[in-house]
Amino acid sequence: MAKPKIASDWMAGCAGCHMSLLDIDERIIKIAELADIRATPITDLKEPDESGVDVGILEGGVNNTSNEEVAHRMRKRCKLLVAFGDCAVFGGVPALRNFFTLEESLRRAYVETESTDAEGKIPQDPELCKPTRVRAPQDVVPVDLFVPGCPPDPEVIYYVLSELAQGRKPVLEGDKLHWH
Amino acid sequence: MVAQKITIEPVTRIEGHAKITIRMNENGTVNHAYLHINEFRGFEKFCEGRLVFEMPQITPRICGICPVSHHLAAAKAADAVYGCPPPRPATLLRDLMHMGQVIQSHGMHFFELAGPDLLLGFDADPAVRNVIGMIAANPELTIKAVELRKWGQEIISILGTRRIHPRFAVPGGVNKTLTAAERDTILSGLQASIATIQTGLQIFKQWAEQHSEDIAKFAVLTSGYFGLVTEQNGLELYDGQIRLVNSQGAQLEKFPGEHYLDYIAEHVEDWSYLKFPYYKKMGWPNGVYRVGPLGRLNASSHIDTPLANAELQNWRAINNGKPVENTLYYHYARLIETLFATERVSVLLDDPDILSTDIINTHHEFKGEGVGVLEAPRGTLFHHYWAKPNGQLERVNLIVATGHNNWAMSEAVDSVAKTYITGPQITEGLLNRVEAAVRAHDPCLSCSTHAIGQMPMQVEMFDAHGNLLQRVERG
Repeated sequence: MAKPKIASDWMAGCAGCHMSLLDIDERIIKIAELADIRATPITDLKEPDESGVDVGILEGGVNNTSNEEVAHRMRKRCKLLVAFGDCAVFGGVPALRNFFTLEESLRRAYVETESTDAEGKIPQDPELCKPTRVRAPQDVVPVDLFVPGCPPDPEVIYYVLSELAQGRKPVLEGDKLHWH
Repeated sequence: MVAQKITIEPVTRIEGHAKITIRMNENGTVNHAYLHINEFRGFEKFCEGRLVFEMPQITPRICGICPVSHHLAAAKAADAVYGCPPPRPATLLRDLMHMGQVIQSHGMHFFELAGPDLLLGFDADPAVRNVIGMIAANPELTIKAVELRKWGQEIISILGTRRIHPRFAVPGGVNKTLTAAERDTILSGLQASIATIQTGLQIFKQWAEQHSEDIAKFAVLTSGYFGLVTEQNGLELYDGQIRLVNSQGAQLEKFPGEHYLDYIAEHVEDWSYLKFPYYKKMGWPNGVYRVGPLGRLNASSHIDTPLANAELQNWRAINNGKPVENTLYYHYARLIETLFATERVSVLLDDPDILSTDIINTHHEFKGEGVGVLEAPRGTLFHHYWAKPNGQLERVNLIVATGHNNWAMSEAVDSVAKTYITGPQITEGLLNRVEAAVRAHDPCLSCSTHAIGQMPMQVEMFDAHGNLLQRVERG
């Protein structure tokens, strides 16, 4: 049997979930043996294979038009979509922005902040994505598996990855839902 | 020939999102290349109304790669807001945690991110030019690199319970002492870590000898240099004063971090969500400077630990005692700092106060305003809070490490594009050069965004009517 293909990407988060993945330390070698690691932030491939992958993993919430594209692309190209970490499960800390209007947040950052000079302005360029309300990926595309934690514990990540790498859907319950 | 625009997108595998556009002249030469930082999260707004003591937990979520920097900068700002300077043992323990982070972050960048380029080559097959390719090519070294990162992470975890987003620093000190057994556990990994860093230094020097031409023409920029130093201008990462030197190494300013608003300001460009800090007296853009490992070594006169200081002498010789301007030497500076951080762990663990139980100052003299400054792995980090007497935040201002290097990264991309693109033909080599221009800075673009691994890219060239002329993909 061919090794399962796994791809990952990140959106509005802090990269801590992918760092926690690296915190499985030398066991990363074991995962690389069991699975075909495709496009991820720690490998060199551009984006999930157009021909599809078995597992797609998303870190972070969706807070702009660019993230929307990433979420849709991953959903389209993977069989099983994993929401990886609290931001991907429910929006996480970045979702605190929803208590303010986008205009208020942008003005604070680019005009009002004490260190911004008198020429401050809200960046606007056709090359830039547009910020949106912060949403969890499941509000944008269907998600199949949720791995909570800020970040998820490396032990849980190792369990989840090794199950997925062996073609099984991990069951998260009890201690595996308790992060500390 | 019509004027064209080349888009490189995504410049992903940096934390957050960025892309590069290259504007071409009608004769096929580069007019200007832009690095667009394509993410906005808004921490400065949504922290308003939160309580000051929550900030050491909220702000690490800016960046999971250097969460300890935000954790500690927030705690330092909170110390100042509440008027509760920590006792000496607490400062030592925070410094120790910070060194753990510098080691894990710098170590990971050199071995696992830049390493594939240096060990496997810029022109190696992109399909294997990554950490998994490293495992196959040099398993022994890769495992050592994983262990170095692990050692740094374990220091963080011993003090703060967990490796990422630890809970340790609180206003006035820290919430846990270090036991003798924990000290010995950390010490047991010291020699192996030093050996791994020395191996890294050998790898870099060998690489530099073989690639002197690349180093000499690759984004050599003239700027000021900025970083914390000790009273005697030695390299400092946790406390101290900020020193700014000019491109010749002459001191322009030396000031306490809390006065930063008198010295630096931030410029905004329409084409990027990341602001551009500069030295106020010289104005934008003349007052640009660089931070991070290269900026810090250029801004300091010596290092207080012997092995790192010996290596610094080799660094000084590169440009005859003047600041080193070559962007690719960031990698060398990063290793020298990793060596310093490792030696510093040993100094801290030998301090008689390190096992003290005097770890928190509970006496508050509420000030209502406070600045926390330290050297994050990628540069100087500022947290500035204004709070009501009940501890609720009214305003928050943050200047993050990678922000200071925004000009340098943008300029490096432009410089590399102009050096290497001389006609309409785009090659994979170009993609990798442009990528390396950003990666050398180890940017954290969510802190403002962070290079994790190679940046896969897609370059498309269109004519003025939007017809696809050429498409090159790496991935």
